[in-house]
Parts: sequence; C-alpha cells; structure tokens
Amino acid sequence: MVDNPVEILYKNRGKIFVGIIILFLLILPQLSGVYTVYLTMHICILSIFALGFNLLLGYTGLLSFGQAGFFAAGAYACGKILLAYPSLILGFIGGVIFSGFVALIIGFLCVRHTRIYFSMLTLSFGMMIYSIAWKWRDVTGGDDGLVGIPRGAISIPGLMRIDMSPMENYYYFVLSISIASMYLLYRIVNSPFGLIIRGIRENETRVLFAGASLRRYRLISFVIAGIYAGIAGALLPPLESTVTPVIAHWSYSAEPVLVTLLGGINSFFGPVVGAILFFSIKDIIVRFTEYWLIIFGSIIVLLVMAFRGGIMSFINDIIFPKIKALSEKRSIND
Amino acid sequence: MTEILRTEKLKKYFGAVSAVDNIDLVIEENLLTAIIGPNGAGKTTLINVLTGIITPDSGRIYFMGEDITDIPTNKRVVKGICRSFQITNIFPKLTVSENIKIPLISINKMGMNMLAHINSMKDINKRAEEILVVTGLLEKSGVPAGNLSHGDQRLLEIAIAIAAGPRLLFLDEPTAGMNPIERVKILENIKKLSSDRKITFVIVEHDMDVVFYLSERIIVMDKGRIIADGKPDEIKKNRNVIDVYLGDEIL
Amino acid sequence: MFEKLVFQGLIGLSNAMYLWVLSAGLTLIFGVAGILNFAHGSLFMLGAYFCFTFYGTLGINFWVSIVLSLACVAVIGYIMERFFLRHIYEIDVSYQLILTFGFILILDDVVKMIWGGVAMIPPLPQFLEGSITIFDRPFPIYNIFIIITGIAVAGLLWVFLDKTWWGRMIRAASSDREMAAALGLRIPLLFSSVFIAGAMLAALGGALSIPVRVVAPGIGSSMIIQAFVITVIGGLGSLKGAFVGSLIVGILNAYGILLFPFFELFMIFVLMSIVLLIKPEGLFGR
Repeated sequence: MVDNPVEILYKNRGKIFVGIIILFLLILPQLSGVYTVYLTMHICILSIFALGFNLLLGYTGLLSFGQAGFFAAGAYACGKILLAYPSLILGFIGGVIFSGFVALIIGFLCVRHTRIYFSMLTLSFGMMIYSIAWKWRDVTGGDDGLVGIPRGAISIPGLMRIDMSPMENYYYFVLSISIASMYLLYRIVNSPFGLIIRGIRENETRVLFAGASLRRYRLISFVIAGIYAGIAGALLPPLESTVTPVIAHWSYSAEPVLVTLLGGINSFFGPVVGAILFFSIKDIIVRFTEYWLIIFGSIIVLLVMAFRGGIMSFINDIIFPKIKALSEKRSIND
Repeated sequence: MTEILRTEKLKKYFGAVSAVDNIDLVIEENLLTAIIGPNGAGKTTLINVLTGIITPDSGRIYFMGEDITDIPTNKRVVKGICRSFQITNIFPKLTVSENIKIPLISINKMGMNMLAHINSMKDINKRAEEILVVTGLLEKSGVPAGNLSHGDQRLLEIAIAIAAGPRLLFLDEPTAGMNPIERVKILENIKKLSSDRKITFVIVEHDMDVVFYLSERIIVMDKGRIIADGKPDEIKKNRNVIDVYLGDEIL
Repeated sequence: MFEKLVFQGLIGLSNAMYLWVLSAGLTLIFGVAGILNFAHGSLFMLGAYFCFTFYGTLGINFWVSIVLSLACVAVIGYIMERFFLRHIYEIDVSYQLILTFGFILILDDVVKMIWGGVAMIPPLPQFLEGSITIFDRPFPIYNIFIIITGIAVAGLLWVFLDKTWWGRMIRAASSDREMAAALGLRIPLLFSSVFIAGAMLAALGGALSIPVRVVAPGIGSSMIIQAFVITVIGGLGSLKGAFVGSLIVGILNAYGILLFPFFELFMIFVLMSIVLLIKPEGLFGR
C-alpha cells in the first residue's frame, strides 16, 4: 500500500518541524534585531539546561534541586578560563569538563537515595556550591562575581580565527552547540541506555531483576544532566560578560523545573517548548508589570493541578489525533 | 540429578516471627519444583531471600556451587537467578517489546550503549521477537504494557523474567487472577519451557490443580519450615500435609 | 573567652527558637500528611508581614497582633491544603514539591505587591525593651522572651500530643495512616487541622521575628532552607528531632559566625549532607 502524501507528511511531522525551526534560526539574525537574537540565545541556554534536568526527572524519575550548582560550576569555570586566556573553545570545554567532574563526585553520593532524600541531598550539595561561590571571594569574586569576562575568539593558531565580539557570531556558536547537544541527547534517550533509565523510572525493582545496577545508571544519568547544566552555564559568561553567585542559588534551579513542567516531562522537546514559552511570556508580562513571578507561580500551580503532561502532551494527545483523523477522513473521500 | 541451588541453615526473622526458619534445601536442575503452604508460611520471604531482596539473618546460599549470600540482586540475576512477581510488576508505560528488551539489553551488557537506536539492534530485536512468539504476545508488541488485559500482563510478567536468561526461575503465583483459558495457556507455556531443559522452574502456587498438574517435586512450607518434600503422589498421601494445608477436600 | 562563648551560645539559643517554631510546623505537616511544604518559609514571611501591619502600621496591641496574624495565615494554610494539596496526595511526591514551590513564587510577589520592598522595623513593646547584663554584656530582654516562648511551644506541643485525644490521634495517623482511618478518624479533617496548625506555627515564628529581624520578600526562601536543614538533621517527621536540630543549627550558626565567618553557611550544608548520607532518617527519625 502506498501512503498518501498527507500520511507521509504526518509521519515525518517531527523531522519537518525541526527542519523548519533550524532553518528559521539560521536566518534569524537577518530577519530581526539584536534583542531577539539575544533573547534566542537565552532560550537556547535554558533549553539545554532544562533538557538535562528532564533527563533526570522525566526519564530517570529523579527530582534534583541542585542543578543550579552544576550550571554555576560550568559558568564560573568558563569565566575563570576566559579571564586568564581569552579562547572561547578552551573556556567552553573547560566549563563543561569541570561541571561534569563536579556532577560525578556529587552524583556518586546523591544516587544512594531516591525520592525526597535525593531531592534534599541535591539541594544541600547545590547550596554548598552556592556558599562557595558567594563566600570564596579570592576565587569567585564573592557577591560581585566575575566581571569583565571577554568573549574570546575561536582560534586555531596559524590556521583560523573567528572574532566573537559581534553578537551575531556568538549567536551562531550558541546555536551550533545547542543543536549538537540536543541531537546527542535525543540519541541518548532513544538508545539502549535511554530505555533502561526509562525502565528505572517506571519500575526500579523490575530493572534490578533485569540484572542492572540502579545506582550506576542513575549516576550516569546524573552526570549527563550535570554536563548539560554545565554546557548551558558555560555559554552564559561570554554572553553576559559577568557571572554572579545568584545563578548557583537553589531558587535558580526553579527555572528548569518550571520550563520542563510547562513544556511537558513526557516529551523530549517539552523543555525546549517550555523555554520558548517561558521567555516569550516573560517578555510580554514584564512590559505590563514587574510581578511576573506571580504569573509563573500560578502557571506552575495550574499545571500541577490540571495539566501534569504540560503543553506537549496536550498537543500530542488532543491536537494531533484530530489532525490525523481529519487526514484519514480525507483519504477515504479521495 | 545435579543441584542448582542449595541453602544451609537459612534464617530470617521479622521481630519474633520466623518467616524462614533454619531451612536446608536443595533445588535440583531441570526438575519442575513447586513450593506450597498456607498464607504466611514464608514462601514469598524465601524467594525474597534467595533472590537477594531481603538479607538473611544467618545461613548461606549456594548457586551452582558458588556462595552468593552476600551478592546483590542484580548480580544474582546476571549469574542466572530470576523471578516473576505475584502482583504484576511490569513497565506499564513502555510497549510490550520494550518491556522485553530491558532485560535483554541489560543481560547482554549493552546498557551503556548511548548512541545506537534501540530499534536498530538486530540481535536484541530477534531475541525479543522469539520470546514474544513463545509467550504468544507478538501481535501486541507495540501496545503499552499497561493497556494489556490482566491475563496478557501475567504472560508478560513471565516473559520479562525469561528474557533475563535465567538458569533458575522462581514464578510467584503465575496464574493469580487469571481466567481458566488464560490459565491453560500459561501452564502449557511453563510446561513446554521446562521440558526444553534450559530453565529450572520453581513455582509458588495456591491452586492445587496447578501444582499437581505441573510439578515433579513439591515442597510444603508452614511457619517458616519445610514440613514435607517429595513427588506429588507422596505429598497427596502425607498425613502432615493434609492436616496443615490440604484439608479434606483432596481426600 | 569562656564568657564570650557562653554569651554567643545564648544568642544562638534565641535564634534557634525561631527556627524551632518554624520547623515544628514543617515537621508536623510532614509527619502526618507526608507533604514537604516548600512554601512553609513563605508562611513564616506572611506571619511577619501581617504582624507588621497590625502592630507596626495599625498600632494594635502586640499580643492581639500576633493572634490576628496567626489567624490570617491559618486561613491561607487552609486554602493551600483544602483546594490544592488535598487533590494530589496520591500522586508522585515530586509534584507536591513542585506545587508548593509554585506557592513560593506567588506569595513572594503578593507580598511585594501589597507591602513593597523592605519593611521597617517597628519599635518593641515597652515591657520587652531593654536588656539585662550577662558577663558584663547587655543581653536583650526580647531574646529571653523568645527563648521562653520557644520552650513554651515545645512544652505545649508535647502536652497536646501526649495527653489529649486529638494529639494521640495525630501520632497514630503519622505512624500508620490506615490504622488511624480504621479508628474512625476522618483523615481529610485531620490533614486540614494539622496543616492549619503547622501554618500557624510558621506564622508565630514570623510574627515574633519582626522586632529584631528585617522583614523582606526574600526571607521565605532563606527560612525554608534552614528549616529543611533542621528537619533533615533531626529526622523528617520527628518533633524531638526538629527541636534538637534547631538547637544545633542555631548554635552552630552563632559560633560559626564567630569562628569561621566565611564558611558558616557551607558548614551547615556539609552537616546536612553528612546526615543524609549516613543516617537519612535523621538523628531522631524512625
């Protein structure tokens, strides 16, 4: 049987949609002003942060309140490196490796527990990182944080050098990193490893009786989430040229929680959709009122009470079946 | 007959109650064994101790000659001891075939592969299909496990355990809550798999028809002890067992 | 040096008592309903703001102001339980944490809208002004009042839970929910009352704090984190643990500032992590 064109389009809707989005993002700097480009970078950063967070919550079933700590680890390490030697690649990689390292040590201790004790442990370790960032003035700059961080060039001595000072150039760097890391995570959740961690979320006893070590899988998932927080964190200092301890505070961990819930924890791209909505809504609200947190608090309450699947499950469960039913109807009429 | 599992003076107390009381037991390879006994006799606790969910207070457990008393559950599974559960214990939101693939991936040490797509793993897919054919769940391979009928969930329960590739498999009330047709289907399956001589089955069951139909050896437990052990015919005649458990209905 | 240590210990003790009143509420709610309320610190903050309005702005009698603010926060606590948390007791605990987290954001902004930024510190009631001399240093009478109040709350809670029918029911419910239901206890009613009682304890802590502490929108999240540390150290759901935990944290804070002024915050979290890793049920947990 040959599928009709509508059917083919419907089957590949995900790929087509992603293709259009990427195309749009590539030409975005030509279409719009510098503010939109700046905002888009923040959306990318929060998306990566939240995708990592959702690997823990949505896929592994662990709620971490310490992700801000790994975000800060990536940001501070990247900032320190850039201050010492202005190479973007070096700063970025250094930030990512450092956050992964921190996540490995903390994760090793945290995955001994699950549920509420896991959440409390991550909160506690996250706050340890915060207190270091806040108090160890010699290294972290204390309250003021790190300032005057240069947006170092991408350079391979003698071969090439791309100046990063134009916002547009840095935008393409952030975009490439975002697309690459999203693609990689997409592969991870659809891999054998991804299936096992989803199994752990659903039924840990049964995974034990599949012969798998729960702790090991949880630890690896934790480290990947930490690295993703670190990637997001490391993209921040070159953009803002400062890093302050606020980003390490546990209440900053709320952002990935919020956008993940908003987009939907059961969908891979849920956190990305959530991040887009978060910044768009925030951008609109702050024009009218400074009290945007009350709106987001209410959205969280509404989501938890009534739409625990978030926006994506609303689209997948309610909108798409309707479109499909419509297309089937048409093909019958043909 | 060769032994596959042996216990030495195995003990587990819950407070003052002895759930497993000084049990010396040898399970023989390829002999379909049933453990029966009244509620609270310690059957499920015994399985929990043997599979490592509960740590015994004292005593040792040997699997194929190796002392496994102190190794964790997941490593016992790798060595070849698995179980199914009395209360259906599957992955409800994953599809039937994904349910089967979790133990297959884990046991074949592919769980750390993060880049291959699950559907592109030929060996795993082939083996999953074989198990689905054997258990009659092939048509439903794409259905979320939570949407299956109760009988099919019970079948899947056993299929997941088989997928872990055990040498010794404990089935905890495999026919619980099934209708007669499903029951026959599952019993035929167990009998057939047992006759293949790859897996040694030990079933815990309440239904005496099932026990006498399937088993080649019956162990009767009461209050944490083994009170009788023998062929089905011998057990039927055992005065002790009749008093404690079988009652008059058998006679 | 010895005198300095004792004096600092007394300061720590009075700080510990705010924390104790706050954590007692958190513990009570967790023990009975199994809810870890992230917004508990926000209830503390509301207690402070209400008391500030009644006492500082409207000039109502200090004691009456405290009672009024407790009543106001009790209503808010009731709304949180009855219309929100009650509907999600059965689902994953993560959602409960996230929901109460949403309350923090809402209450923080509500407070900003109504009261603006930092509130002024109102004058003390006359009879609590002044100080007595301990080791040649002035020790405020208000701190002594706080210490006495904290101990009184502990005593009252103990009498209530140990000697009254309701108290025994609460203890029964916290150890075995099914048994409590079997005893004919109406669980929804019990949960609501416990939630209200917990909210009032938080409000009491807040109301008592206004003459000595800055009242600002952020205090909710800084108080809850300390309450978490305390309840984790003492054992989630154990009142005795919350009391001892408060003493440990309050006094450690006081000495920490004296001995390691840069890492007192760090040390508290090190302590919390160690307890969680070695004895996750806490010092007095079951």
